[in-house]
Amino acid sequence: MAGAPSLSQPSGWRAWLLSPEPGSRWQARLGRFYLGWRSFTRNPLAVMGLGVVVLLILVAIFADFIAPYSPVIGGDLRTQRLLPPSETYWFGTDDQARDIFSRVIYGSRITLWVIVLVALIATPIGLLVGTVAGYLGGWVDTVLMRITDIFLAFPRLILALAFVAALGPGIENAVIAIAITSWPPYARIARAETLTIRNSDFIAAVKLQGASTPRIILGHVVPLCLSSLIVRVTLDMAGIILTAAGLGFLGLGAQPPMPEWGAMVATGRNYLIDQWWVAAMPGLAIFVVSLGFNLLGDGLRDVLDPKAAK
Amino acid sequence: MLDIQNLQVIFGTGRLQVQAVKNASFHVEAGESYGLVGESGSGKSTVLRAICGLAPISGGHVRVDGKEVTTPRGKAFYRTIQMVFQDPYASLHPRHTVDRTLSEPLAIHGVKDAETRILQALREVGLGPSFRFRYPHQLSGGQRQRIAIARALILRPKVLLLDEPTSALDASVQAEVLNLLEDLRHKMGLTYILVSHDLAVVAHLCQRLLVMRNGESIEETTSAALRSGQASNSYTQSLIEASQGFSRDAPQPASSLAT
Amino acid sequence: MTKPLLEVEDLRVRFHLRTGTVEAVRGVSFQLGRERLGIVGESGSGKSQTGRAILGLTPPPGEVLAKRLTFDGIDLLTASKRTLRTLRGGRISMVMQDPKYSLNPVMTIGEQIIEAYQAHVKASRAEAHDRALAMLEAVKMRDPGRVFALYPHEVSGGMGQRAMIAMMLVTEPDLLIADEPTSALDVTVSMEILRILDEFVSERGMGLIFISHDLKLVSSFCNRVLVMYAGRVVEELEAKHLREAKHPYTQGLMRCLPTLADDVHPLPTLNRDPSWAL
Ligand SMILES: Nc1ncnc2c1ncn2[C@@H]1O[C@H](COP(=O)(O)OP(=O)(O)OP(=O)(O)O)[C@@H](O)[C@H]1O
Ligand SMILES: Nc1ncnc2c1ncn2[C@@H]1O[C@H](COP(=O)(O)OP(=O)(O)OP(=O)(O)O)[C@@H](O)[C@H]1O
Ligand SMILES: [Mg+2]
Ligand SMILES: [Mg+2]
Repeated sequence: MAGAPSLSQPSGWRAWLLSPEPGSRWQARLGRFYLGWRSFTRNPLAVMGLGVVVLLILVAIFADFIAPYSPVIGGDLRTQRLLPPSETYWFGTDDQARDIFSRVIYGSRITLWVIVLVALIATPIGLLVGTVAGYLGGWVDTVLMRITDIFLAFPRLILALAFVAALGPGIENAVIAIAITSWPPYARIARAETLTIRNSDFIAAVKLQGASTPRIILGHVVPLCLSSLIVRVTLDMAGIILTAAGLGFLGLGAQPPMPEWGAMVATGRNYLIDQWWVAAMPGLAIFVVSLGFNLLGDGLRDVLDPKAAK
Repeated sequence: MLDIQNLQVIFGTGRLQVQAVKNASFHVEAGESYGLVGESGSGKSTVLRAICGLAPISGGHVRVDGKEVTTPRGKAFYRTIQMVFQDPYASLHPRHTVDRTLSEPLAIHGVKDAETRILQALREVGLGPSFRFRYPHQLSGGQRQRIAIARALILRPKVLLLDEPTSALDASVQAEVLNLLEDLRHKMGLTYILVSHDLAVVAHLCQRLLVMRNGESIEETTSAALRSGQASNSYTQSLIEASQGFSRDAPQPASSLAT
Repeated sequence: MTKPLLEVEDLRVRFHLRTGTVEAVRGVSFQLGRERLGIVGESGSGKSQTGRAILGLTPPPGEVLAKRLTFDGIDLLTASKRTLRTLRGGRISMVMQDPKYSLNPVMTIGEQIIEAYQAHVKASRAEAHDRALAMLEAVKMRDPGRVFALYPHEVSGGMGQRAMIAMMLVTEPDLLIADEPTSALDVTVSMEILRILDEFVSERGMGLIFISHDLKLVSSFCNRVLVMYAGRVVEELEAKHLREAKHPYTQGLMRCLPTLADDVHPLPTLNRDPSWAL
């Protein structure tokens, strides 16, 4: 692939992808995706981030095969408690004589589940509230944005605490609490984007074809808000993981014996000085995954939302 | 075909209230091509936008085929009247392929044979099927304007409202688009209302035209009169003079002489 | 004649794209005094990129090379970011081609002019406000007070363009690059705008680069004209003599304009000769 870029002829499938005159809807879409992928891969940190996220997903799927021990049933409490990392227990064991490595592996499922649920709940709510408010304007805008402001005025963790306190502790309630507290910034972003496009000629043009308001919002406004939102959600994932871990740490998220990373750090706190691995290993997992999402988000921003990159 | 009487458009409230169109009347026959010229900000675009429902009608009448338009406009209205915007860079959705842009109106109106209609629409504006799956950023200004025209024509309207369709295009592309518009009008028997600040463009496409200033129609005249330099109104006269080009020692325009 | 205000020698603008390198401007050279220089040429011929390169506003994948690029003795190629920032919008301004695109859609016209003014001139808000209003009036807005409070989508195409011009002239630059400043204006208003620009040139000694595809206008307004094709200057001539242009491309461009004088149907179009691009 060396040589002057203008001279190197792209090989078969790349020529097909980069064709200036795509022959089908799919070719056009794939070509676009491929161009994005190319500029994404030029950022090594972003690729690393993607690697971490893919690893998280794989580990979560294949936890049963990877984890050598059960995450909840411990070994002999007399001989296998709080063992340091070794060849048999890679990350050591905790106070219940459970293998920390297996717990971290299974914990990835909980983390992934939290992330997916929060993304699936918060993003559509934020997107819908923001685009509807921005597009319709007037009193709809005022009402929706005041509600958003109210949610935005509380620190996320505090509000999540209040929700969990009201709904009762548990991982589902923690997820709902986090989702409810994380949509307002998305609504603001979506609204800001919508404001800049709602008066443009291409929106006027679909109006002139008789398109209904839902059709305009869903088919024409949302796609333009989506990319900056995806970037923001990805960057937020680190914060969401930390909030979930924080709730777990405070005993309001996942309940024992679930191998939730935050809760694991909390138990490790008691042995921090002498048995550091109990808290450090899940802490490391939280750190790596958060960092991965952050790097991925940065890379996505360069590809999807070039104007925000500066 | 289209009958506008004492049209008024008011925007805003309070201190920002403005009568963008104070009083405009004209009548366009079916198959005719009618021009709107006049000062910047005089309400030409607003007249077009009021006709197709993008701006409020505050007074007067807009009749299409003898029938008063309703607010909001029905789907049948949009199958009769379509509009082409001035800026080809702003009037196409940046994330939609040409195919999506053209199939949207067909989907909204439940037209069956979308496939053939899209290919036909592309052919009509002189673009091949190879353009079908391109994104706007893969098109030049002139090609974009052709797509915008194709989108307006795909529902087979009878009237096309053209808001400065060539002012963002360079001389050679302007000639291509003007030829295309003239061709299409003859082939499909379309009615045009053309807004342009270039008198030569209006004279090229239209037989009759209306001169507007500050929200009011001040004179209806013909291209022939423009070409021969005759105008009863002093503003029209100054427009004709100004279109000869810039001259350093030209007299100050009518507006400042009037006081 | 005194030292020229702007000297450009062998300016090249390249875009390194995934699909290869595109050279949008290929070796443009000219000098500009305190005069009106026109640049004409078809779409994509590199007119705007030439203007942007002078200001250092070439969009990201682009690279600017030149043997010489100096403004009033300052080398624009090696100048620090800081110097460039103070020059830009202060002593050198550019009226962008697409006013609706270049204006901030969620800020009123007046606020944007005030912001532009205060970025370069130390002035109180009240002063800036007055200057902004005066400028809007200078570009012949009817009711400047109302336009001041409007958002870009609430003004007509021509009004947006004039707002952009007001914003660029408010700092009284020494060099103005005007990219199609009158394409959306009717002829009488555009004459008045040209008269203002002309005043800035003849009274304040501003240098003006006037980019346009309206050959008629350029030939009557400018002193000299550069004709660009495919990133090169194919012809440079006195504006008055544009009609006697030698290059077939310039002649072709002149021919495909509709005129009031004669009625040709269909209009002749341009047949491009590949050898022009060499
Ligand atoms: N949405 C709006 N809100 C408030 N005022 C508006 C709105 N749209 C247009 N106007 C006002 O209406 C007047 C006429 O605008 P219009 O766009 O019709 O002018 P035009 O004749 O098309 O001018 P140009 O040739 O410059 O495009 C202007 O004063 C403008 O400020
Ligand atoms: N960001 C970019 N990436 C790649 N190529 C670009 C980019 N911007 C401009 N170009 C190329 O540079 C060339 C010159 O563009 P430029 O905008 O200067 O044209 P122009 O003469 O101003 O045309 P117009 O009259 O349409 O404004 C074009 O061929 C264009 O494809
Ligand atoms: Mg207009
Ligand atoms: Mg340009």
